[in-house]
Amino acid sequence: MEYKISNRLRIGAIILMVLGALGIGYGFMDSHQYQNVDDVKELLASESHHGVSHDAEVAGSHGDSEAHAGGESVEEHGVSHEEHVLHQIHNRPYSALYVGALFFFFIALGALAFYAIQFASQAGWSPVLFRVMEAITAYVLPGGLLVLLIAFVADSHIFIWMDESVVATDTIIQNKTSWLNKTGFFIRGIIYLAGWALYRHFAVKFSVAQDLADINDNRNFKKSFRIAAGFLVFYIYTESMMSWDWIMSVDPHWFSTLFGWYVFASMFVSGITVIALITIFLKSKGLLPFVNDSHLHDLAKFMFGISIFWTYLWFSQFMLIWYANIPEEVVYFVTRIEDYNLPFFGMVALNFLFPLLLLMNSDFKRVPWFVVLTGIVILFGHYLDVYTMIMPATAGERWFIGAPEIGSILFFGGLFMLIVFTALGKNPLLAKGNPFIKESEHFHY
Amino acid sequence: METSKVIHAIYTDDDVLMNAVKTVRSEKHHIEEIYTPFPVHGLDKAMGLAPTRLAITAFLYGCLGLAVAIWMMDFIMIKDWPQDIGGKPSFSFLENLPAFVPIMFELTVFFSAHLMVITFYMRSRLWPFKSAENPDPRTTDDHFLMEITVRNNEEALATLLKSTGAVEINIVDKNEDAH
Repeated sequence: MEYKISNRLRIGAIILMVLGALGIGYGFMDSHQYQNVDDVKELLASESHHGVSHDAEVAGSHGDSEAHAGGESVEEHGVSHEEHVLHQIHNRPYSALYVGALFFFFIALGALAFYAIQFASQAGWSPVLFRVMEAITAYVLPGGLLVLLIAFVADSHIFIWMDESVVATDTIIQNKTSWLNKTGFFIRGIIYLAGWALYRHFAVKFSVAQDLADINDNRNFKKSFRIAAGFLVFYIYTESMMSWDWIMSVDPHWFSTLFGWYVFASMFVSGITVIALITIFLKSKGLLPFVNDSHLHDLAKFMFGISIFWTYLWFSQFMLIWYANIPEEVVYFVTRIEDYNLPFFGMVALNFLFPLLLLMNSDFKRVPWFVVLTGIVILFGHYLDVYTMIMPATAGERWFIGAPEIGSILFFGGLFMLIVFTALGKNPLLAKGNPFIKESEHFHY
Repeated sequence: METSKVIHAIYTDDDVLMNAVKTVRSEKHHIEEIYTPFPVHGLDKAMGLAPTRLAITAFLYGCLGLAVAIWMMDFIMIKDWPQDIGGKPSFSFLENLPAFVPIMFELTVFFSAHLMVITFYMRSRLWPFKSAENPDPRTTDDHFLMEITVRNNEEALATLLKSTGAVEINIVDKNEDAH
């Protein structure tokens, strides 16, 4: 079966990107109407006229220095409240862009890890889905480069430790500069990306070569197996370090040991969900006749199981810090609970309760629209997850899901669709050379 | 004491058994019971047995366990004696919720697992000192036995079963009260 990206899809994706770019542009313009401290003073004054309750909230959060996780360090160094707010307003469009870029990049990277695990474990059910996974992972390289580019451009708007003047007066960050320095950040970023993209390149190359090889010639498959095992070792180290670099370092005063796993669970479940969604889409077009509802059932089981795994890690991180309540650790959750109450707890409902109740029934896991519905909820939940990892450190209480955030989702979503569906058209949709393909075609649960 | 006749067809291969089940069912004979030494994949479907509802009971038992855990800790820790233990907020259940979650989880699993197992034992009538209902000890090792009620059609039934590959066919008087 061959697939070619339709013109309608391509134009749709480009329209999404244009709309998104407009939203992002508006976000930057909107934030830069506040040029200096005086503009912010006016803003704060006008806000305080809106009502007593809001006034009290602003005053309250100002008086409580613990409430500012990202801002804490700034305030300690004698920066006025107005300037602090100005920074937050300016940081927001950069962070919105970064969150969007990270979210879609994580989908591709999660799918890549899932793909490698299928090879390393010699799974018999999944080879019919390999071409869908390979197409999704086409976004790893461009998506990752975009993340790094945004990090480079945004600089201290996202990563406070990239600001020399802050580091000069901050002993805690000074002690971390051997890891948290700009040169190291980008060199490490390029090493991670190079490793992931190389694996992706060779895995797809061997997979296609196996299609064309003789029926008894499994050399390409064996190579795929070996590089998948090697990649998984490389991946689990680099993924963990990537999560320190790209996410945890937005709060340079805070650290958590299981953070890498937590980020991994988030990207893994998003990746699997997108594999399921694209499979259902192609199947509805009649392009995947060899995929049956047992394959869907297995994907839905993974969505269900990994959603619960994510919740387990989310809760383990939250509960340990909540229970011990050590001030230097707990500020992370104080800001999130005080300023991001709805997204922070809302995402737990979306990422845990929804999949738990909707996908528990074995029959529901075979119903495409049910899986699509749950998939959309899971993806939205994991966008919020990335959002509450980055935003509280940069935009603080000045957050909103408005033009820059929705614009970034549309822009990167459009780009993701364009790249993935173009890649989907490059190879036949059935990896017919895979030695497990017969078993997979007859897979039945 | 009521007695009735049943026919016991013995097979030595699960594939042959599966085909025999399909033939017997297509001939509209009622299969009383099948004894096998191990689970035969797809046998329940071939016999037309209704799917189990054990998973649904497990879910309900889990809900019960969760409710018990919530009620117990809300009463003990919040309502009955809301002590300050190490500064944990015992003003309301929600405020101290994270500390209760491990117990809520474990009790959910505990109730769900144990009550489901007990339900299974009761539904399948299994208990210690229960006398075994095995018509032929070989079915616990390497033979498969299909039991069909006889209604004055012994000859026809025996021929049919013979044709499906049964290695042995016995007609037995079955004592309904024996087990």
